[in-house]
Amino acid sequence: MKPPPFTYHAPTTVEEAVDVLAEVGEDGKVLAGGQSLIPLLNFRLAAPEHLVDVNGIGALDRIALDDDVVRVSAGVRHARLERHQAVYAACPLLRQALVHVAHPVVRNRGTVCGSIAHADPAGELTAVLVLLDGTVHLAAQRAGQLARRDVPGSDFFRGVFEADVGADELVEAVTFPRLPARAGSAFVEVARRHGDYAVCGAGATVQLDERGRIAAARLAFISVGPVPVAVDLTELLAGAAPARVRLEAVAEQARAAVRPGSDLHASAEYRRHLAGVLAARALQEAVADARDRRDRRREP
Amino acid sequence: MTTRLFGEGIARREDPRLLRGEGRYLDDLGSDALEVAFVRSPHAHARITDIDVADALDVDGLVALYVHEDLPARLREPLPLLIPHPALTQPRTACCLADAVVRHVGEPVAMVVATDRYVAEDAAERIDVTYEPLEPVVGLDAAARGAARVHDDVPGNVAAALVQEVGDVDAALAQAPHTLDLALEIERSASTPLEARGVYARWDADDGTLRVYSSTQTPTSVRFAVAAKLGLPAEKVECVAPDVGGGFGVKIMHPWAEEILVPWAARLLGRPVKWTEDRVEHFVAATHERAQTHDITVGFDDDGRILGLDVRFRHDNGAYVPYGLIVPIITATQLPGPYKLGAYRVAFESLYSTTCPVTPYRGAGRPQACFAMERTVDAIAARLERDRAAVRAANLIAPDEMPYDIGLVFQDGRPAIYDSGDFPATLAKVRELIGWDDFPRLKAEAAAEGRRLGIGLACYVEGTGVGPYEGGHVHVETSGRVNVYTGLSSQGQGHATVFAQIVATELGVPLDDVHVTTGDTRRFPYAVGTFASRAAVMSGSAIALAARKVRAKALRIAAEALEANPDDLEISEGIVRVKGSPGDAIPLKAVAVLSNPLRYAFDESARAATQFALPASEDRPPIADDDEPGLEGRDYYSPLRSTFANGMHAAVVETDPDTAEVRILRYAVVHDCGPLINPRIVEGQIHGGVAQGIAGALYERMAYDEAGQLTNASFMDFLMPYATEIPAIAIDHLETPSPLNPLGIKGAGEAGVIPVSAALAAAIEDAEGIPIHRMPLSPDELHALRARAGGEAS
Repeated sequence: MKPPPFTYHAPTTVEEAVDVLAEVGEDGKVLAGGQSLIPLLNFRLAAPEHLVDVNGIGALDRIALDDDVVRVSAGVRHARLERHQAVYAACPLLRQALVHVAHPVVRNRGTVCGSIAHADPAGELTAVLVLLDGTVHLAAQRAGQLARRDVPGSDFFRGVFEADVGADELVEAVTFPRLPARAGSAFVEVARRHGDYAVCGAGATVQLDERGRIAAARLAFISVGPVPVAVDLTELLAGAAPARVRLEAVAEQARAAVRPGSDLHASAEYRRHLAGVLAARALQEAVADARDRRDRRREP
Repeated sequence: MTTRLFGEGIARREDPRLLRGEGRYLDDLGSDALEVAFVRSPHAHARITDIDVADALDVDGLVALYVHEDLPARLREPLPLLIPHPALTQPRTACCLADAVVRHVGEPVAMVVATDRYVAEDAAERIDVTYEPLEPVVGLDAAARGAARVHDDVPGNVAAALVQEVGDVDAALAQAPHTLDLALEIERSASTPLEARGVYARWDADDGTLRVYSSTQTPTSVRFAVAAKLGLPAEKVECVAPDVGGGFGVKIMHPWAEEILVPWAARLLGRPVKWTEDRVEHFVAATHERAQTHDITVGFDDDGRILGLDVRFRHDNGAYVPYGLIVPIITATQLPGPYKLGAYRVAFESLYSTTCPVTPYRGAGRPQACFAMERTVDAIAARLERDRAAVRAANLIAPDEMPYDIGLVFQDGRPAIYDSGDFPATLAKVRELIGWDDFPRLKAEAAAEGRRLGIGLACYVEGTGVGPYEGGHVHVETSGRVNVYTGLSSQGQGHATVFAQIVATELGVPLDDVHVTTGDTRRFPYAVGTFASRAAVMSGSAIALAARKVRAKALRIAAEALEANPDDLEISEGIVRVKGSPGDAIPLKAVAVLSNPLRYAFDESARAATQFALPASEDRPPIADDDEPGLEGRDYYSPLRSTFANGMHAAVVETDPDTAEVRILRYAVVHDCGPLINPRIVEGQIHGGVAQGIAGALYERMAYDEAGQLTNASFMDFLMPYATEIPAIAIDHLETPSPLNPLGIKGAGEAGVIPVSAALAAAIEDAEGIPIHRMPLSPDELHALRARAGGEAS
């Protein structure tokens, strides 16, 4: 369990990083937190000839909030985002999902952008990106110039460990929209052990109207298909009082939408069953979260 | 006042050093050593047709590489069969490096020595082995079918078959008012210590000696095995077990191929050589245990009393049987547990498969035995609609029947005779501790809230402290430092604490003066090893006897110095005193000075021992004919038979009606290992054991696919539970002393793991109303069981 030989690059600016990536092309791999890549190297399941370590790029170590979005740059660790109070207030789903990401030691090293770029269908943040329809910001060198392009979160994931990011591109940042007023979110999952990849996980966002009825509701699932599976419940639930929601119908819609496979830890049938269970749980928690937020705002 | 430390729950003396990161584990040694990587078979079963090393030779830093044909004759022979048995009629063991055929994924094929492990792996990757795949034999069904053979010359893949019978089972079953048939299964798991295996050897050309460090549970036997394989006099080989990060059985297996090859290469190359096993290697190339299927027929009366029990089981021993039949023999002989069975017959077949070999893992056949017996008792209770605890009570051996001969031959070749225990008292305690009698109310309340609760109970008897012997050596220096040596090694048990407690108590010295060294053949060459919950019983007893010898000698010498009768003396806090006359005293370290008359005064205390300082007695020599210099003693403990500890566990679980997840709400252990040397350490052993038991019940399995590939060979997919999965554990003790040893103690190391699968299966069955006949059980499988049972699961 020792990695095969590789050439190590340590750029200090985004420009340098994309220059190296352009030069090494398909033989290169970006190293950020290393929580997935290093094990792959040690198992000799991956053997990139070049590692481009972006940990030394100071400009990427940023979390920025504006009126619309939370912007998370490539150097930001899970743990930092998880504990960020302003981010939690703006976009609670991030913390709600991040507490399910492995263990504190992994979250101390692993990065948000790295986890999204890795496109693991069991990665919690993939569902967050899709559910919130965030944006992935990519940087590359094009004709000697730094060029940037944005990809909508809902289009980013292409397959298992496959995303719309070229070998010469760096995920420079990801933005997540703020949670609107009268909205709530939740993330629930079933894992074999605390901190394991989910057997099935579900994120939910719910928008309530002024009377407290459901105006919109969406779900996104992990571990039940090659990419995160989004389910829009708005048609089913719009106008419904949360207490009157037919959870069985929610579960059915979720089960119909997911495309799970079988593996060591769970059969496809069990995962599909869980998608229904977790759909109902996530929805209920998101409604409770929306009410909590509303009540807290009303407090003096 | 005597120093009384035996029985005190003092903190482990090992921990400050280990917690500060000052442990010296195998890979912490030998920073200048060459490092080894192995090319291992990627196939479960294949013929090697070619090995092309040309590409590897180009790797910068490669020092040597070897395949089977490169080895000297002794190393080309199969490795030893460690524990022969008359029933093991088809024993097969592996070669150091595979000879033409590989029989499990992970079997070593070539050895690479390089400047470091990175380079060694680079070179290993470039060795091109051509395999002609043969039919894999995976799982007990395939092994028993025997359509494909693991070893060409072993028909039916049967390594061994053994039957033991007490009474007339056929007659008992024929006459029993009720009978039941059950099929019960336990899957594979493994010891999985956090430190995997490792060997580091240095050849000292100046002395012509070989020093071998191994992460082993038996350095004394490794020493002799290496000496034999390398053709060296034992006198020229030393073996040391450094700090060992867990063993749990896998490291009692020896000599590993690697344990022979690394010292051989070190000697051949004249340079230090080290191999540190990585986790992937450990999963596929060390050893596993547990996989057994059991077919049971039981006959019983209206009270649930067992009149006859007929057990046929199959044991999957993997590709080779280097450790003999120990595991299935233990299952066969420990299955009766605390019960009087009427007639009992047990027959097993030990079968080859093309998977990792099997050797004992903590519990060693007992978790399977306990699962088989306890599930049977629960099935009897269910059939009779009687309380499960009451059916157990009806079958227990009574305390006044001790010693109780169960009529079987134990793993040590000696009769299995329970020496001590009070099973009804243990049952009463565990019922109390778990709240057995109040549980129906709890269950009903939970049910009213839509929650599913269940309770389960499991009992076991565990043969511990098996022979043949261990030794101890206690030596008091003139500084007052007390050195304690024993040959068996430590893997985290706390020997440096409990052995010091024994010596401090026996000798009357402060604990801080006592220094314990284990597992170093330079210090104590005679030993058997650390396994079978035997270290405290065997080495603890031997050390106590050695300390008593030292005490007797100290009292004799002190009596002379104090002009007193030895019977009037006591030792406390390292000072020998005349009882009732505190002024008449001599420190033990001064007694040590007197014990060794000297010619040369090299320091202050030596001056006191020189020939002109000591009172001269012209009519006898400085050392009497029947005496030896020095204040030290050595003794051995060799028991007639094993001691039998016992215990009972109970669990309350909650099963999620939607997700089928199992949560353990309460876990209770009542345990009888005789007098506790250190309650804190015993409880730590129980906690660890229960954690491993929960692992085997709900999480861990070896997921071999049909091709014989281990598909979960990493800690990502092999689900060793974290602390977050282990509940609080309530513990109570009984201390019925064993009559077999000077301290009355029985083993405690393995106990915690034994009944967990049985107790949890019973609790889940109680919660769900679905029979549980197979462990481990995942939420996915429980979900499937519910669907099959047509239960309420949606």
